[in-house]
Amino acid sequence: MLLSLEGATVRFGERAVLDAVDLEVAEHETVCVLGPSGSGKSTLLRAVAGLQPLDSGRIVLDGRDQAGVPAHKRGVGLMFQDHQLFPQRDVAGNVAFGLRMRGAPRGERTERVEELLELVGLPGAAGRAVAALSGGEQQRVALARALAPSPRLLMLDEPLGQLDRSLRERLVVELRELFGRLGTTVLAVTHDQGEAFALADRVVVMRDGRIAQSGTPLQVWQRPADAFVARFLGFENVVEATVGDAVAVTPWGKVPVPEDTPRGTRTLLVRPAGVRLVPADAGLRCTVAARTFRGTHVAVHLQPEDAPRLEAACALRAAPEVGDEVGVEFDVAETAVLG
Amino acid sequence: MAVPVAFFAVFFAYPVAAIVARGLKDGGTWHLGRIGEVLAQSDVRQVLWFTTWQALVSTVLTLLIALPGACVLARFDFPGKQVLRAVVTVPFVLPTVVVGTAFMALVGRGGLLDELWGVRLDTTVWAILLAHVFFNYAVVVRTVGGLWAQLDPRQEEAARMLGASRFAAWRTVTLPALAPAVAAAALMVFLFTFTSFGVVQILGGPTFSTLEVEIYRQTSEIFDLSTAAVLTMIQFVAVGTILALHAWTVRRRETALRLVDASVTARRPRGAGQWALLGGVVATVALLLLLPLAVLVERSFADAGLGYYRALTREDGGVFLVPPIEAVGNSLQYAVAATALAVVIGGLASVALTRRDAGRLVRGFDALLMLPLGVSAVTVGFGFLIALDEPPLDLRASWILVPLAQALVGVPFVVRTMLPVLRAVDVRLREAAAVLGASPWRAWREVDLPMVRRALLIAAGFAFAVSLGEFGATVFIARPDNPTLPVAVARLLGRPGDLNYGQAMALSTILMIVCAVALLVLERLRTDRTGEF
Repeated sequence: MLLSLEGATVRFGERAVLDAVDLEVAEHETVCVLGPSGSGKSTLLRAVAGLQPLDSGRIVLDGRDQAGVPAHKRGVGLMFQDHQLFPQRDVAGNVAFGLRMRGAPRGERTERVEELLELVGLPGAAGRAVAALSGGEQQRVALARALAPSPRLLMLDEPLGQLDRSLRERLVVELRELFGRLGTTVLAVTHDQGEAFALADRVVVMRDGRIAQSGTPLQVWQRPADAFVARFLGFENVVEATVGDAVAVTPWGKVPVPEDTPRGTRTLLVRPAGVRLVPADAGLRCTVAARTFRGTHVAVHLQPEDAPRLEAACALRAAPEVGDEVGVEFDVAETAVLG
Repeated sequence: MAVPVAFFAVFFAYPVAAIVARGLKDGGTWHLGRIGEVLAQSDVRQVLWFTTWQALVSTVLTLLIALPGACVLARFDFPGKQVLRAVVTVPFVLPTVVVGTAFMALVGRGGLLDELWGVRLDTTVWAILLAHVFFNYAVVVRTVGGLWAQLDPRQEEAARMLGASRFAAWRTVTLPALAPAVAAAALMVFLFTFTSFGVVQILGGPTFSTLEVEIYRQTSEIFDLSTAAVLTMIQFVAVGTILALHAWTVRRRETALRLVDASVTARRPRGAGQWALLGGVVATVALLLLLPLAVLVERSFADAGLGYYRALTREDGGVFLVPPIEAVGNSLQYAVAATALAVVIGGLASVALTRRDAGRLVRGFDALLMLPLGVSAVTVGFGFLIALDEPPLDLRASWILVPLAQALVGVPFVVRTMLPVLRAVDVRLREAAAVLGASPWRAWREVDLPMVRRALLIAAGFAFAVSLGEFGATVFIARPDNPTLPVAVARLLGRPGDLNYGQAMALSTILMIVCAVALLVLERLRTDRTGEF
């Protein structure tokens, strides 16, 4: 393992911002820590970088305990949330900073700066002032600056947080390609699930300083560990249910679940695609409370008579109007029992 | 951190302790009753009363006259605004002695008003009050105007849209936002006028005397050091109270205000009323700030052109042991040494104060650093006089004594200039440098230093101007054969005869020009957000 955290704990006063976190990152792996703001994910990066001392636990990099190793000697890169480019230096001055700190000769620095600016898609920008850069360009310079000293671990704090949506979606693809090509080991944190799923080999969901779930994007998406993770991923249809024989009893009535589901009181998730609309006289009777256009489909919010709301994903043409009465049936392929 | 603390312990705390001991200790026993005895003297009570009421009246007058100026500089955009801003600031860094002589030339015996209409104000309190307004105009304009310029005008527009008249909008939105700044400025002016020394010493004659002047008289004329010490302690307590109040208002100042870039809030004046306001402010500045200085310069040339200036270069054997012009050289040398000291001590203190792990103790030091500013130069000078002239620390014969005292007065300016800039440096920039492999010292050099270089220059300029004009402390400790410019001016004024008077004007003019040049260099360097002065 390139990086491992063992019981890493950071307290601000009484509150544990990192609460006995265990995490491992293998070489060439891209791990994305996902969580709402205040879940401790930035503190995690700062602790690994050496900017935030641990109250207990250890951080091991390349087999060496990092306790007492100051930030500037850890050899990790960190791209800050709002970039933190040095305002009084030009683009080249920023990118070359880490190389200068390592005492690289001038010729080598110039060469490497050009190479990196080429890599991040800003060839010829070396002489520009950082204040004159757009948000996307600043982001690229910050990335080039973090990559320049070839850190053994690159950490990204909300790497695309401040950019507009279309730029973000393009950059996420570029980053993934770039890290694959360079073989960089990456630990990123974000609150945006789309970003995390697009970027990461493995996603780690954090809540209140603890790790709630860890797995590949597909695993996390298909089987969120608990109601918190499910809701954080944007799923609304989460209820307590009593699981019996391939069927779960819920406030929405009986919902089919996969055969091998253990019995007992469990948390049940029905993905919106698994809520099928049928004529009002069949299935669970609901009123359409709201509908939102989502581009590829329409999200329809349904209000059953005596149960929590349901969200259904409908094809554009088939979507009912607000106020319509519909019936609901559930698709076993889109239900999951959590935990 | 250790260096500034040691500096203040030896050169501030120790002299203050010496003052207390001198005042209350007699033959090894403490006599707290001395305070009551001194306070019971009717002339002391008179001094206290005068000190307080003249400070109050000066403060109210300054606010009344300077607030329109603050408004004009904050809200209006007009040709020559930069010039007006610079002119308004000049008096603040002018030495009190220059201000004193300038008003002497305007309203004193044989002054301009005397010649024109036979009006003399130098025997009345008005000369002192006017000089105080002159001196503190900049304090109000800078403190209140600086905030005013950053208040979002759209707040007032929002009130207008909700049905408030122009005046009602100002009264209900802008005024409450400004109130803490006005209070802070008023307290600052009160503090400066309460501890006024040079101005009162020159314009007060035998009639008017503030605490500061009385301390000086008790020391240098009556040689009653223990009474002087008790008076110093009274002053100390008063100043401490004012400073505490000031710190409290400043803390409340920036709560929940929407601040915007000052460059976008100014508009060209519209309508007769606004042009009249602008005209009134320009006229006030011309009459109150420029006229006295112009008269000073004019008087200095009264005797056959350069006569007074030529006289400065002659050894007269009476007032000085050396030609008065040598005071220029002395002043510059002292100022360079004092500036170096103040920048090093103040710089180290500022860096220590901005460290994120700075504890409560260190932050308390912040307030302590401000003390010499308010505790007044006379206290510093008097303390040096009685504390550092005998073992264990005998510096009486050393030239360093004067720069040390001046540096002590200059350090608060350095700290006030450096702190906001250092605090504005984002810690994460330092962290970014650390992650890229810069050691803490290297990160400071690569990240902080380029950003504070300008502030450092400005701080040095302030310290330089302050020590050039420093009078209250220097007058106690400057040696007769090595006077500084302000001390020489005061001594010349203290002697009868037109030649001495004219020489004082000439020397004052030289001092004014040196200070003004220093200030104009500063104005070029400074940005609006640099420093609190």
